[in-house]
Amino acid sequence: MLTKRIIPCLDIKDGKTVKGVKFQELRAAGDPVELAARYAATGADELVFLDISATEEKRKTLASLVERVAAAINIPFTVGGGVSSVEDAYQLLKHGADKVAINSAAVRRPELINELASAFGNQCVVVAIDARLLNDRWTVHLVGGKQPTSNELLTWAKEAEQRGAGELLFTSMDHDGTKNGFANEALATLSETVNVPIIASGGAGTVSHFEKVFIEGKADAALAASVFHFNEIDIQTLKTRLHTKGIPMRR
Amino acid sequence: MKKVAIIDYGAGNIKSLQFALERLDVASVVSNNTSEIINATHVIFPGVGAAGKAMEQLRSSGLDIVIPKLKQPVLGICLGMQLMCRFSEENDTNGLGIFEESVVRFPALVKIPHMGWNQLTNMRSPLFSGIEEGAYIYMVHSYYVPQQLDTIATTTYGAPYSAALNKDNFYGVQFHPEKSGEVGATLLQNFLAL
Repeated sequence: MLTKRIIPCLDIKDGKTVKGVKFQELRAAGDPVELAARYAATGADELVFLDISATEEKRKTLASLVERVAAAINIPFTVGGGVSSVEDAYQLLKHGADKVAINSAAVRRPELINELASAFGNQCVVVAIDARLLNDRWTVHLVGGKQPTSNELLTWAKEAEQRGAGELLFTSMDHDGTKNGFANEALATLSETVNVPIIASGGAGTVSHFEKVFIEGKADAALAASVFHFNEIDIQTLKTRLHTKGIPMRR
Repeated sequence: MKKVAIIDYGAGNIKSLQFALERLDVASVVSNNTSEIINATHVIFPGVGAAGKAMEQLRSSGLDIVIPKLKQPVLGICLGMQLMCRFSEENDTNGLGIFEESVVRFPALVKIPHMGWNQLTNMRSPLFSGIEEGAYIYMVHSYYVPQQLDTIATTTYGAPYSAALNKDNFYGVQFHPEKSGEVGATLLQNFLAL
């Protein structure tokens, strides 16, 4: 049976793992290679690696860090941050990334999704969407959540799927860093609207939040950062608990 | 002395495969050079991407002629395995024809791609020696090979399908052993012992 995935996310800034609250107030959270290896060894199903400073600082190269992480782990990992062309993506894949996540660049130029899908296959293309509820409308934001767009979550998600996204990573900016649970209602609607896997992000604080995101939020994977980085939740324990609740988990 | 050649045809994430072999202390060369490939003890045919473009690249380098004639153990991974089949619905592509099977798209009843950790069942090959029924492996694909005569393991996604194929010295796995933790490492080790 296909299992639900638990995905630690490493937010990278200047080569270090950081974590913010609602996309701000960054604090250091350890060496990314060390963290990646620890997560792989303790049962993480996949890793996501986002260079959160890359877009705004126009920084594109993560290559050497990607390579060191790839050497240290035996599970898949996705890398994002500042990818705006087939060449950018190729550099990351060549150094050991399995998938690339694109965000702002895809909103600005949606053809990028088609280009990446045709160059590397849909399964390589993760479209990350940061959105928050503004006047009852899930509004997509750019540049690490700083800039609102005219895009609405479901419309953009459908377009991304049609253009060749193999997976969607949805972060609710309203929930991110709060540890009050995931945006389950929006997630469930999203999961029923598109036919690609959905990674839920933003709001993980307790084991029960993970249980809810898979049952109520209908997510295929759940992503979290600080609860794992700061040892608040142990991945192995989390997966065992979810398994006893009847959620399919790799153990 | 094992000499592993990883076929390079501009497709696929080869780095993680190299790292996986390094973790097993096995040296590998990434090559599109015919004699280097023919002289290897084991050949791995990786693949990520779209079938049409990948076959074009194989043809332009003549590897489409070389691969089916190889005599040593050959392991196709993911798209590599699919390209070893007769035909793929993906871009209506004629493959290498090593396996008689055709590659078809998952029905929209399930989420596509099939992405994540799923289980191996009905394993029947030394390739799976030491791997338990129900072991988890990492899958990521939109097209699949239905169960056939050459099927040596199955996985269920909607319905059971071929997780692995074997004919003579040719093996194919739909999953990514280089990304499948300890189970994947065991499989690579088994392949290298063939």
